[in-house]
Amino acid sequence: MCLAVPGQVLEITERDGTRIAQVDFGGVTKEVCLEYVPDLQVGEYTIVHVGFALQRLDEQSALETLEIFRQMGELDAEFGDHWGRAAEQAGLPRPDQDISTEGGTL
Amino acid sequence: MAEPLTLQDIQGPEAPSFEGWTCPLPLRDSPTIVMGHGGGGAMSGELVEHVFLPSFADASLAQLGDSAVLELHGGRVAFSTDSFVVRPLFFPGGCIGDLAVNGTVNDLAMSGAQALFLSAAFILEEGTDVTRVGAVAQRMGDAATRAGVRIVTGDTKVVESGHGDGVYINTAGIGVVPEGVDIRPDRAEPGDVVIVSGHIGVHGIAIMSVREGLEFGTEVLSDSQPLGGLVAAMLAVTPDLHVLRDPTRGGVATSLNEIARASGVGISLDERSLPVPEVVANACAFLGLDPLQVANEGKLLAFVPREKADEVLAAMRAHPFGSDAAIIGECVEDHPGMVSARTGFGAARVVDLPIGEQLPRIC
Amino acid sequence: MKYLDEFQDPALAERLLDDIRATVTRPWAMMEVCGGQTHSIIRHGLDQLLPEGIELIHGPGCPVCVTPLEVIDKALEIAARPDVIFCSFGDMLRVPGSEKDLFRVKSAGGDVRVVYSPLDALNLARENPDRQVVFFGIGFETTAPPNAMTVYQARKLGIENFSLLVSHVRVPPAIEAIMTSPVCRVQAFLAAGHVCTVMGMGEYPGLAERFGVPIVVTGFEPLDILEGIRRTVHQLEEGRHEVENAYPRVVAPDGNPVAIKMLEDVFEVVDRAWRGIGMIPQSGWRLSERYREYDAEERFRVGDIQTQESTVCRSGEVLQGLIKPHECSAFGTLCTPRNPLGATMVSSEGACAAYYLYRRMQVPASGDPREVSSVG
Repeated sequence: MCLAVPGQVLEITERDGTRIAQVDFGGVTKEVCLEYVPDLQVGEYTIVHVGFALQRLDEQSALETLEIFRQMGELDAEFGDHWGRAAEQAGLPRPDQDISTEGGTL
Repeated sequence: MAEPLTLQDIQGPEAPSFEGWTCPLPLRDSPTIVMGHGGGGAMSGELVEHVFLPSFADASLAQLGDSAVLELHGGRVAFSTDSFVVRPLFFPGGCIGDLAVNGTVNDLAMSGAQALFLSAAFILEEGTDVTRVGAVAQRMGDAATRAGVRIVTGDTKVVESGHGDGVYINTAGIGVVPEGVDIRPDRAEPGDVVIVSGHIGVHGIAIMSVREGLEFGTEVLSDSQPLGGLVAAMLAVTPDLHVLRDPTRGGVATSLNEIARASGVGISLDERSLPVPEVVANACAFLGLDPLQVANEGKLLAFVPREKADEVLAAMRAHPFGSDAAIIGECVEDHPGMVSARTGFGAARVVDLPIGEQLPRIC
Repeated sequence: MKYLDEFQDPALAERLLDDIRATVTRPWAMMEVCGGQTHSIIRHGLDQLLPEGIELIHGPGCPVCVTPLEVIDKALEIAARPDVIFCSFGDMLRVPGSEKDLFRVKSAGGDVRVVYSPLDALNLARENPDRQVVFFGIGFETTAPPNAMTVYQARKLGIENFSLLVSHVRVPPAIEAIMTSPVCRVQAFLAAGHVCTVMGMGEYPGLAERFGVPIVVTGFEPLDILEGIRRTVHQLEEGRHEVENAYPRVVAPDGNPVAIKMLEDVFEVVDRAWRGIGMIPQSGWRLSERYREYDAEERFRVGDIQTQESTVCRSGEVLQGLIKPHECSAFGTLCTPRNPLGATMVSSEGACAAYYLYRRMQVPASGDPREVSSVG
């Protein structure tokens, strides 16, 4: 449920006393009601569900999350997974990778 | 004078039996047509299979190709018809007139034929602005010129206000199939390479962007265009193309499933190689749609013998209407009749036909 | 799309999966609550990538699937009235009622329209003052604020020919119902990220504590889901049962206070029956006294509805995670997305439809209890 996608506010207007924005979703623009995020500004990102902005998207947080994901592998290489490395050195499949061929036809 | 037919006669012993249907809910209990029957997906297919085919009982028809190839006076002629009911009549990138010409031209091209002659029949709604009809006719004339086809016969009817959505058009067309060309939906073989001639999902998104209740802003324009020239360029590389199909309503998913079933092969796609323009992908994400199920125009799918694939692809890319052509998958012996895709994460998923109409979702 | 595509990066997915594989030492069963999460998992094949032993039980977070049969039948009756323009999200059009669905009502002449937003329905009401416009207000806490705002606007603008057929459901009571079920196998929850965007995380520490289950607020893109699973696995392995936020870019602990305030004004909590599961106390919303005049059920006085569920359908057991779709004898034979017997086969995120659409090749034919490995 709850298909909501992130978009960027292009412009803000008012209609019938309601704050409305044109939001861009990577080349798709749609009119969105901003009443639930009253301090949202042009240029900011928001998550939109059925024509309503539900929350500001914290760009800093998004980038930090991605950075954490990127770092994950690096830390692993430095500290962890001795079994995996041992298997690799022996020319055997890594023990954690034996599931990828099960159940699929590709 | 013959007795007029009664309802009893029509619903008599030859009436279609519903027992064998796999679609009991919409049809068995209360047999009326619903919008899903026009969606191009599974429901449309069932209507054709269970209502029309048994009544018409024709071997050429039963092949369910885009056009029928018929022996005629020592040669082979491709013959096709299509009706156009698009709403709105005018949409970003074109109008019903473009579709009416290019649609039938392309159906003929899917048999390898160059379209020679078209008929055009109109059903006009009382009260429609004549200038709109004129604009549609103008576009049809232009499209015919561009496609190198002549509109040689036609018909016009008018229905009462409230029944026509402005304009409905039917076109039928004929063309000559070159010798040595045998393109049919049941000719796909394991090992064949599947090529798409360009970007997918474009037309459907263009239409949806002006659909009442959705209306979103986008620069996506319908890509309706005639493919006779592209097919000729492909045939110049090899006359032995196995299958050609233009994936319109129901999207690439529908066409591939139909061919997989007709040929008794499995089809295996790689999602990473699907040429979906970014803005189309974004519109699909926004609406909750699968680009593989979104309608196309001006595109074709080709099933090519493996050894000729690279050459055919190069010929397509050299043609203005094939510049974004891409290999998207192959035919396999596994899972005959089904289409699978490798996701971007290396897992597998089934690619199915849409059931009826494509509808945006909230979930 | 920015802030969407980046969370589909296969290389980063591999890192998250590596961490999961390196952490897990024994089998765990976790439930993703939201149907949108189910859809994403099966669409991308994420469960095929998880180490054996991690089982994803698909939760009842599909508002389409759990809308009570009685409400569907009421919707069908209202939609058939000649003076009504019945507006709905696309998801609901094919959901079978006792005898038919909205498509069939449309086919018989009912004015049924698909809209993207409830505000589109309100506009229709404005443009058609001589018709009654009814909007089918289904959904979880994510969709409730848009519906609330629409009713609020209707009153503010004096639009009287608009009404809402309400069938909202709430997640925390459902989690409680699942955990108190005697056959519960769920050991952790991936909470619904967009529900929490609205409601915040306040309702979950109590549940985590009471039932001893980790609850990780999770998003919808592949990386979000893998991260939710990753944090859950860590908690399970370490014997913790805390509430964590794995979707911080849009979920704040307090959620959206403006939206919550509107919900408290426009709706009031009631007991609600979930299709296939039964009555869950305090798990639904209806319009509050102040806004009751906009309630379509009241306005149209829909009569006594005799509902009739398919006797073969086992949606309820699927929704509770008790059986997998392919363990139902009707799966793939009598019951397919083309002719669904129950709501879990209609909605593209219902577990049955998801299995059918994306998993048919690996899943054994109906009735066969053999479990195919790595099918979650």
